[in-house]
Amino acid sequence: MILFYLAGSIVFAGILFINRNAFINKLLVIGFLLLQISYTGFIFVHQNITEATYFTPDALAVLMTATLTIIAIPTLLHRYDYVYKEQDTPGSKGLYYGAMVIFVMALTAGFLASHIAVTWIFVEITTLSASVLIFHRRNAGSIEATWKYIFVSSISLVFVFIGILLLSLSMGDQYQAGMQYDTLTRLAPMLNPFWLKLAFIFIFTGYTAKLGLVPMYTAGIDAKDKAPTPAAALFSSVLMNIGFVGIFRLYVITAHSSILGWVNTIILITAFLSVFVATVYMMKVRNIKRMLAYSSIEHMGIVMIGIGIGGLGYYAAILQLILHSFVKSSLFLQVGHLYKTFKSKEIFAMGNYFKYNVPGAVFLLFAFIGIAAIPPSGLFVSEFYLMIALIKAHELIILIPLLLLLTIIIWAFGKNMFKILFVPPMNIDVNAMEKVNPYETLSHYLLLVLVVYLGFFPPTTFVALIQATIHSLPI
Amino acid sequence: MISILLIIFIISLLYFAIANRLMTYVKILALQGILLFGVAFIELIEINVVNLIFILFETIVVKAIAIPLFMRYIIKKNKITREAEPYVPYFVSLILITLIIVATFLIANYIHDTHLNKIYFIAALSALFSGLYFITTRRKIITHVICYVMIENGVFILSLAVGHNMPMLVNLGILLDVFVSVFLLGIFVNKVGDVIDEGDVTQLSKIKD
Repeated sequence: MILFYLAGSIVFAGILFINRNAFINKLLVIGFLLLQISYTGFIFVHQNITEATYFTPDALAVLMTATLTIIAIPTLLHRYDYVYKEQDTPGSKGLYYGAMVIFVMALTAGFLASHIAVTWIFVEITTLSASVLIFHRRNAGSIEATWKYIFVSSISLVFVFIGILLLSLSMGDQYQAGMQYDTLTRLAPMLNPFWLKLAFIFIFTGYTAKLGLVPMYTAGIDAKDKAPTPAAALFSSVLMNIGFVGIFRLYVITAHSSILGWVNTIILITAFLSVFVATVYMMKVRNIKRMLAYSSIEHMGIVMIGIGIGGLGYYAAILQLILHSFVKSSLFLQVGHLYKTFKSKEIFAMGNYFKYNVPGAVFLLFAFIGIAAIPPSGLFVSEFYLMIALIKAHELIILIPLLLLLTIIIWAFGKNMFKILFVPPMNIDVNAMEKVNPYETLSHYLLLVLVVYLGFFPPTTFVALIQATIHSLPI
Repeated sequence: MISILLIIFIISLLYFAIANRLMTYVKILALQGILLFGVAFIELIEINVVNLIFILFETIVVKAIAIPLFMRYIIKKNKITREAEPYVPYFVSLILITLIIVATFLIANYIHDTHLNKIYFIAALSALFSGLYFITTRRKIITHVICYVMIENGVFILSLAVGHNMPMLVNLGILLDVFVSVFLLGIFVNKVGDVIDEGDVTQLSKIKD
């Protein structure tokens, strides 16, 4: 079935690349979405059954794929001229949708991969397709962002590859067993700790380019700023999740070895630094897309603190990761409407949004409550669990500065959001504003409702899947 | 024999530090490709023939001929000036690269592992760190691509050191090479060249907060 899915997606992408007809284009996109949905259903039913040697839909893969599918539906279905109407040539449209399909396919396969090198290959493919999407506008800004993204991501992926080589060195005489994740987990106590530490450093550093942590987070910020809004919505949610999956699967291996304490220290330091960096930038940033991108860095920092602290933190981290994906992608989609209204991404040029677009403004208000983890946002639940985990672990030295930084972030975020909603803008041309179709806001609301639902009334299968993801980790 | 080839490879890094023309950089890449061919040939002569032919084709055709020619084509097409224009003096670069190589020697001596041939490890790590150093100190975009290919060469050596037992991993490294370095970065330099006159990274710093 996985082979059928991969082949199907490639066929869809290929036809999208060459097709020039708008109607057929729409049909193809809907066809791909149906394929994606039915494949997600398939892996939900056939969990933990290995296919084609290298793909196993375990609990983490099912959770991440389901998240991806839910976010992919609005991002793909929103009209192509969602943001920039004027440059709508059939050729660039085909390229855009083709790259989008390949991107979603590579993410799905990357989540499912059960071999460390296969994950790496599909992450590499996400870099390639993502750069097509960032380059979409073909102006000086997007060229710069694409160049930085390709370059930093390629160097990072070379780091991951070096890490894989070092990991195979750590296996010593056991190399014939292969590098499947479960094999590595089984062999973990026997792996050479020196090589394992070195491998962890390289793979972790490499995947931070995708996950958005210190040190490699920079390229992702520019990418989210310059990519078309629906693509940016995917970059700031599911693309970060693939970085998490890459690191988490390695973490499970190290959790069964002797170096777990050392690994946790490394993760906690980088995660805390990420929250710190995000805070500093959030206070001075003037571009709404960049502000949201830095907010993603903050949330990934929180997720990784949860992983580093252990115990209840594991559960909090996975929950936070999934809920953040929904909130952040809906916010990015709304930025498309903001841009359509104000013709600018600068916060100074926006204001009085309630006057121009009521459904969007109400959404923005709710989304601020959602992203700031104020109840009834689901993120409140996950961050609350995280704080409990930190208190239980007696890590007050992390907890207190973290709470301070989060408070500053809420202040910075709120200041900008309320400026957009209520304060009159500087000098805007009311005649140039485009009317936004109110029904397009519906998908944003649905994503937010999902966040509240999953946070406060989690279905039993959802909880069971998260617990299955973390059951092999030491408490 | 392998030691000699790898030592020449390390010396080529020192030469890279003091070379001041872009075409010299490209020639160093070609030389490194030939050296890698030699190493791969001697190291992998026992493994199955198809795999061997694939790897040899990759080193001699792609690394030693195709990439240097492609770089030369890009330099000519975009009329990039032939001076490398580093930020720091050549002498400082030379000293730093020497220090990097000495440091990797010390690290390699600290490691005791029967599965790893130290000379490979030294060559690979020096290429990796020198490449990163050159990227940070050279001004032109094209030199960044050249340094990226150099880092790739280092990774190739490392995968040979490990890949004696695992040809699958070596093939993966090759996939990375062909896919990203040549295909994407090279084409993209052309795109940058269309918009920005001189391929200079200082002009790629418009996006900031």
